[in-house]
Amino acid sequence: MSELTTFWHLWVCAIVIGSMIACGILLSLTKRGQKHDQETDQTTGHAFDGIEELDNPLPKWWLGMFWATIVFGFVYIGIYGIGDWTGFSDWSSRGQWQKEVDATEEKVAPYFAKLTAMPIEELALSNTQHAELRQQIDGMEEGDAKKALKANFDLRKSAMSTGGRLFASNCSVCHGSTASGSLGFPNLTDQDWLYGGKPEQIRETLLNGRNGAMPANGLKPDMTDQDRADLATYVISLTPNRTDKGNGDAEKGSALYAQACAACHGADAKGNIAVGAPNLTDNIWLYGGSQKQIEFTIKHGRAGVMPPWKEFLGEDKIHVLSAYVYSLSKNKEAE
Amino acid sequence: MSNAIEHPTYNYKVVKYFAIMTVVWGIVGMAVGVLIASQLYWPELNFDTPYLTFSRLRPLHTNAVIFAFGGCALFASSYYVVQRTCQARLISDSLAMFTFWGWQAVIVAAAITLPLGLTSSKEYAELEWPIDIAITIVWICYAIVFFGTIAKRSQKHIYVANWFFGAFILTIAILHIFNSMAIPVTAFKSYSVYAGTVDAMVQWWYGHNAVGFFLTAGFLGIMYYFVPKQAERPVYSYRLSIVHFWSLISIYVWAGAHHLHYSALPDWAQSAGMVMSLILLAPSWGGMINGMMTLSGAWHKLRTDPILRFLVVSLSFYGMSTFEGPMMSIKTVNALSHNTDWTVGHVHSGALGWVAMVSIGAIYNLLPVTLGKKQGDMYSTNLINIHFWLATIGTVLYIVAMWVNGITQGMMWRAVNEDGTLAYSFVESLEASYNGYLVRAIGGAVFLSGMLVMAYNVFMTVRSAKAEEQAAALAKA
Repeated sequence: MSELTTFWHLWVCAIVIGSMIACGILLSLTKRGQKHDQETDQTTGHAFDGIEELDNPLPKWWLGMFWATIVFGFVYIGIYGIGDWTGFSDWSSRGQWQKEVDATEEKVAPYFAKLTAMPIEELALSNTQHAELRQQIDGMEEGDAKKALKANFDLRKSAMSTGGRLFASNCSVCHGSTASGSLGFPNLTDQDWLYGGKPEQIRETLLNGRNGAMPANGLKPDMTDQDRADLATYVISLTPNRTDKGNGDAEKGSALYAQACAACHGADAKGNIAVGAPNLTDNIWLYGGSQKQIEFTIKHGRAGVMPPWKEFLGEDKIHVLSAYVYSLSKNKEAE
Repeated sequence: MSNAIEHPTYNYKVVKYFAIMTVVWGIVGMAVGVLIASQLYWPELNFDTPYLTFSRLRPLHTNAVIFAFGGCALFASSYYVVQRTCQARLISDSLAMFTFWGWQAVIVAAAITLPLGLTSSKEYAELEWPIDIAITIVWICYAIVFFGTIAKRSQKHIYVANWFFGAFILTIAILHIFNSMAIPVTAFKSYSVYAGTVDAMVQWWYGHNAVGFFLTAGFLGIMYYFVPKQAERPVYSYRLSIVHFWSLISIYVWAGAHHLHYSALPDWAQSAGMVMSLILLAPSWGGMINGMMTLSGAWHKLRTDPILRFLVVSLSFYGMSTFEGPMMSIKTVNALSHNTDWTVGHVHSGALGWVAMVSIGAIYNLLPVTLGKKQGDMYSTNLINIHFWLATIGTVLYIVAMWVNGITQGMMWRAVNEDGTLAYSFVESLEASYNGYLVRAIGGAVFLSGMLVMAYNVFMTVRSAKAEEQAAALAKA
């Protein structure tokens, strides 16, 4: 706590301890000065706008409660410390947190060891696979083979449940509870992958994060509004079966595309997973696909960030989470 | 009550203005509250416009109910009480009127800038720097009028209600100035001079004392005058009022750190905040005991006097929430309650149950006096009674819904599966809260409807007073 100087430390300590002592003194003095021990109808003799004040003593139970809280305060500060003094215990909020985390980690370590022993691709259990496996197991005769398959099935099922919980707590804030994404946050249930959808690629994305960087105006800094309108019209024309045409000149846009965009998005506009450049021909739009939205994206560029999760979740959980995300696109594939 | 005491003519005009605006801003602030509470159940009520989103209206709601509704109630009652208990007219009518118009201007400025998204983002102190300066000027004038009137009092002693009003005025000045220190960038944008953890600590030193001094000390001032006045009984214990006054104002200031439990604030500062919050229990209850025991010998009046009922129930809610507060400041309890709706419920048991009810009781008592009638002589006692029940039912619905929601959320957030993952995502805890949100919105609406009943009663009282005045003038002629 470098911002609090020694002076401020002492200041706060003095105020806290001083106020507690002062309250004690105030209680003692008032108690001593009391004229009556019992409830009384004597007043102090003052009257304000007709309001008089009785000279009743402090209620005993209230006085007792006040003293008890002051004593508790001193004991508590003695245990937990004040200022630079850490008190008679070695408690700290960080220490308490670390202890709880360590205890949980230790408890679940054997479980995660089993899950990480299985490759991501095998661990992932799509809805279809789930149904098929279940049917297969039900159809099998009792025996070791059935037992082994059942164990495999149960482990994968539980991996998907763990992965689902990890997703709900950590990923759904951006990608949505159903992983279908929203403007600026990719849908994880389709077959379109900015950085690749193979298990290892998904794992890499989760571990180290991704930084999408689309420069404003691509590689042509002197682009005009008309250029952007033409370019957006060309980009729209790349989508097969799209009915709206855009309001610029697609032919001029095509030339601009080759100059400003092709380096990342490719001459065929199919994108490039090495730099996370999206495929522009599939009618899936991370930042919207209207003429206006595309012009906006070109004009201002885009900088999507997927944060790295290695430090926060650790490799074991990311292994399971990768399998879960991988299974999401498999679900869609089957539909 | 003895009306035999001779008194000079007081400045009742500014009291009347503030009293009426208390009702107006109460309705506005609570209506915004009901709207945002409903948005949590029916998000469509955003109407797809940024000006009506929860994020912009929530600070408008808090500012309107605390500083517009609560503030006007405090101005009205403190100006009224200081004159009557000091037997002295306010030192300056024009300065008092300036505080009225100045305060209204600040409120209107808040109502315009907050929906526009202009905010310093400090909780309960969202207003940008030009408005902060305006508040400071009005507040200094308020202090001059209040303390100036005390200085020229014709009574030897200063009544306990005025100690509380005085502590509230002084401390709020200090809190407002230090918390709002910022470096302006443009006319509507500034950056706090504090950074990081220190900024958070200053924010909650202020934020908790907005509760402690604005919403507690100030309203205890109201309680100390209007409870004995309405019950026509002497205050229970002068000694208790001395002890709980000094301990309350010295301890309250250092309790704010409990808002930052389990945060980047150093552990020891959190411990100190928790200790101070626990010690605060007895000083807070001192006020409740003194108010409640003042009624001994007058309990039967509760059967017939709905104004007294408002005052007594407000004390019950005060006692309840000042017990709940220290409990929630205990770290292990806070680990469950922090960031849940429990906190919102706690605030509203104080805000609706204590602050609003004691203010309403005081306004019903004093408004007729400012109109030349007897205290509490409103147009309809039945309507006060209806208002009382609407307010009580509304508050209870609100608090219970938030308790249930808060504990549900706390339990869901900490639930862990066998595999070490969290059992529920945030959205799942939100889904579990929907019913509570509906009940809360209903509770708020019930409370608001009580305020509308009050507005009608106030309107009819003012109108009948005018008619009587005219009749008297005619008779003279």
